[in-house]
Amino acid sequence: MTVATDPSARFADFAHPERLVSTEWLDQNLGTPGLVVVESDEDVLLYETGHIPGSVKIDWHLDLNDPVERDYINSEAFAALLGSKGITRDTTVVIYGDKNNWWAAYALWVFTLFGHEDVRLLDGGRAKWQAEGRAFTTDREDAPTVDYPVAIRDDAAIRAFLPDVLAHFGNPLIDVRSPEEFSGDRTTAPAYPEEGALRAGHIPSAQNVPWAKAAADDGTFRGLDELSAIYRDGAGLTDGDNVIAYCRIGERSSHTWFVLTHLLGFEGVRNYDGSWTEWGSAVRVPIVKGSEPGLAPAPR
Amino acid sequence: MSDSSTTLPPALAEIRTDFRELEVRDRLQLLLEFSNELPELPAHYAEHPDLLEQVVECQSPVFIFVDVDENRIVHLYATAPRESPTTRGFASILVQGLAGLTVDEVLAVPDDYPSDLGLTEAVSPLRIRGMTALLGRTKRQIREKTAA
Repeated sequence: MTVATDPSARFADFAHPERLVSTEWLDQNLGTPGLVVVESDEDVLLYETGHIPGSVKIDWHLDLNDPVERDYINSEAFAALLGSKGITRDTTVVIYGDKNNWWAAYALWVFTLFGHEDVRLLDGGRAKWQAEGRAFTTDREDAPTVDYPVAIRDDAAIRAFLPDVLAHFGNPLIDVRSPEEFSGDRTTAPAYPEEGALRAGHIPSAQNVPWAKAAADDGTFRGLDELSAIYRDGAGLTDGDNVIAYCRIGERSSHTWFVLTHLLGFEGVRNYDGSWTEWGSAVRVPIVKGSEPGLAPAPR
Repeated sequence: MSDSSTTLPPALAEIRTDFRELEVRDRLQLLLEFSNELPELPAHYAEHPDLLEQVVECQSPVFIFVDVDENRIVHLYATAPRESPTTRGFASILVQGLAGLTVDEVLAVPDDYPSDLGLTEAVSPLRIRGMTALLGRTKRQIREKTAA
């Protein structure tokens, strides 16, 4: 840790309280050497309308996705991207964004693929910072280019591919999409663009826990007891479970991955980023329709 | 790139030129200026959200309403939240670019005009689809209103 963690009591119960910072903490620590604040939003222009002073922008489409293949950028591109944002391997990175940190959590998960150690989320994200009347600026931030090493992208630990899901049957799956997508009434999130899945429904045996259940009305994460009630009591997860989460393209499930991994302390949670846009178009994979999870097929 | 520049209405052609002459990162700034220029809805539509049609292909909520007056001039109104500046920018480009055009002129605008602005690499192909959908729905509303 380059920068001291946020000692807020409300994070203390979480498995990894060092992964969250409060808006108060960030306000007090802006400008601290070794800290870089990153904004990552759904809307590619939101940063330009005003951002936390000194923060840099990383966009999921333009920066983190490979422009040709459906994959994340490679190690060389990641090193070049982070170096251009003034981030070294030792930098403490705090990410925030719109929509309850939906895309911020996605960026954090991608940083984790490359093993960036100290990456945290701003609890409550952009909306809370704004609601509290904290400073925004439209200044262009020209971060000094620094050296970021070419780090191995380790997909195996936190990322699941379609064959991994087929082999996973019998272990818990969490589908974090809306109930309408889960049941198969629709293939896209309400009010979201069609991203091309040919079939509707869910992966057999998946529990439906819409991702936003983990967020309180002000966009902050719910407390440990509430999260436990949702994921342990509600979705039946127990300690030691090997969990895979998925959604439509892997962004909402990154949020759930963060909750399960860093707040509830589950180990080995993987995000299936192919998600429904892959599974719902793949040939000869099992699908269940309706609001019940359905039985797990034999793993293959 | 295409030979449609000869037939493209002047305002749309000018907007396209303005974007293409900029560096990619400056194109976002221009889109932001458009976003800030999106006019407020006329009171009549602001008070009657039921008259507006949601463009579900856009990532953020955007609503449009198309009016055709007695001279067959098209009037496009759109609203989207301040937290969705990209969508506001797309709508604003069409509101300004289509202003004063006739039904036939709007229907003749190439469907791929949004992809031709040089914005695809600045905002990503997926996002530009939202603007294509806005144009498509505008045309559809015009066809419905002029079908007699």
